[in-house]
Amino acid sequence: MKNGKIALVRVEGVKKYFPIHSGILRREIGAVKAVDGVSFEIYEGETLGLVGESGGGKSTLGRTILQLHKPTEGTIYFEGQDLGSLSKDELRRTRARMQIIFQDPYSSLNPRMTVEAIVSEPLAVHKIGNQNERRARVDELLDRVGLNPAFANRFPHEFSGGQRQRIGVARALALNPSFIVADEPISALDVSIQAQVVNLLEDLQDSLNLTYLFIAHDLSMVRHICDRVAVMYLGKIVELGPTEEIYNNPQHPYTQALLSAVPVPDPSVEERRQRIILKGEVPNPANPPVGCNFNTRCPVAFDPCFVEDPELKELLPLHHISCYYAENELVGNT
Amino acid sequence: MGQAPDSLLEVRDLVTQFNTEDGTVHAVNGISYSLHDGETMGIVGESGCGKSVHALSIMRLIPTPPGKIVAGQVFYQRRDLLQASEEDMRHVRGGEIAMIFQDPMTSLNPVMTIGRQITEAVELHRGLKGKAATNRAIEMLEMVGIPEPAQRVKSYPHEFSGGMRQRAMIAMALSTEPTILIADEPTTALDVTIQAQIVDLVTRLRDTLEMSMIWITHDLGVVAGLADRVQVMYAGFLVERASVKEIYANPRHPYTLGLLNSLPRVDRRKTHKRLNPIPGRPPDLLDLPPGCPFVSRCPFAIERCLEENPQLERIADGHEIACWVDVRSAPTHEAGVVFLS
Repeated sequence: MKNGKIALVRVEGVKKYFPIHSGILRREIGAVKAVDGVSFEIYEGETLGLVGESGGGKSTLGRTILQLHKPTEGTIYFEGQDLGSLSKDELRRTRARMQIIFQDPYSSLNPRMTVEAIVSEPLAVHKIGNQNERRARVDELLDRVGLNPAFANRFPHEFSGGQRQRIGVARALALNPSFIVADEPISALDVSIQAQVVNLLEDLQDSLNLTYLFIAHDLSMVRHICDRVAVMYLGKIVELGPTEEIYNNPQHPYTQALLSAVPVPDPSVEERRQRIILKGEVPNPANPPVGCNFNTRCPVAFDPCFVEDPELKELLPLHHISCYYAENELVGNT
Repeated sequence: MGQAPDSLLEVRDLVTQFNTEDGTVHAVNGISYSLHDGETMGIVGESGCGKSVHALSIMRLIPTPPGKIVAGQVFYQRRDLLQASEEDMRHVRGGEIAMIFQDPMTSLNPVMTIGRQITEAVELHRGLKGKAATNRAIEMLEMVGIPEPAQRVKSYPHEFSGGMRQRAMIAMALSTEPTILIADEPTTALDVTIQAQIVDLVTRLRDTLEMSMIWITHDLGVVAGLADRVQVMYAGFLVERASVKEIYANPRHPYTLGLLNSLPRVDRRKTHKRLNPIPGRPPDLLDLPPGCPFVSRCPFAIERCLEENPQLERIADGHEIACWVDVRSAPTHEAGVVFLS
């Protein structure tokens, strides 16, 4: 418990490295440090946004939390249980309560299965109900996500992108989860459809008391949907705090650049805006820079940034920042 | 009727269709507009609205079959490009009007060095040869911000990152100093920080090289910062056109209004619990409704919208819409209910 909130998910010092093999003996010559030591909590009933550029490790982190990747180091607690300590059977049972919604509504649904088969598959895997009960549950779920239950016998290709995403949501809800990782759930959808799906996710959260990890790169949508935001850069969380605090008072130079880069649909605002244009691109996660990961692109990096990686510290109330420059400005003790 | 005197490029009544097994896809349904000298025109629309097909039609790059430019004219330098010889078009394409795409690999040849691809363009269009052409390639790579251009000119596209390939493609497109650049969602696949770099780069080069530009996107945010005028496209029709200031401050087509109202903004605190989406989805291009293509999603629709498709008409200085109602005063209802009346 912290600030009266219960942590549904607790991530402690989690790393996920993918080994790089080379040569005929497939010797391990290095590792892609996709997630490189992150710790945070996700509170019950909240939506935590996970933002940052592609290659930052957002999706890997989401999947590692669900144990779809085994962490290289660190511990993940779900409802107080250490997921790494569970037997295969126990993990399967626990997994029913944590689900994922994927970005691509085209590749995440089996084209040879009917909607009914797709949505009821989790029930079959977990041996819940008989055929009639499952059928009734599918109808209820389709109705819940705004699809006509009469379409249960159709195949995914008969649906539009937005409708397919609803099928994916129905499947994720089948086992009554408490926690859902939404991995870029609207990025592949057209602008006029995105708002429909976001409203659906918010309605479901309210009625089913769901907790979301919302992985996204659309920072405008994140401001709307998230209670708190974690900004990830090259495998690490560089800033974490309540949404309005992060958007109004970003402290990490990466967060500042990221927010300033988002175009605003208003020419009078665009005219006045000072855009921070970052140099270069995200470095290779197999070979991150010495010191702070952001030092190759940072406009304010100074000596300590090239020596050691800064820790994520609560420099402002509830607002965590991993930056020597910000620390210096805010606390002045570097 | 020839080209309008004040236009650099004039598209008139362009119709492009695709013949498929399922029937005729009505991709572009009679659009007309002029691009003025030095102007940047934003074209905004969702996937399937015909914005890319319209650009490929201008360049005569529609694969035929299944595609076909069924009607229309595209005037450039007092001649109709749709009637020009293939030989003539080769000089226009890349030389006079250049195009950049969302996926740089569609315009880069994977088995040719970046340098060779640029020298090929300047040899063909600007008559440079040998050392002069290579120098031009290096100069262009430098201009688009590729480090160590003299070395990178020998690299192959796969040796570049996504953002670098985008820059290389821009270098290739601009190496011939075209009069018009058509940018078809060039930043859609990129991260916002890289998008900001590319937008900054292209607008700077536009100003230095004094180009006119057509910027095609689904992102209302991007064009707000770079266009002079904006056209909104829906189901193959242009539904609204105005200056960039006017269209954002005073959107008058229900679709434009709906898009702007449905998007949360990065610079604004959440004001409503729920977003305000446009219900439904775009019409099937195989089977367009007889009236307005937006009718089934429109909260302002009246009987007339079901029967007659409105043409783009002037409602104020420099502001045109294709709509029978005035959204400032018309009563609203739940979208779709007009069918019940």
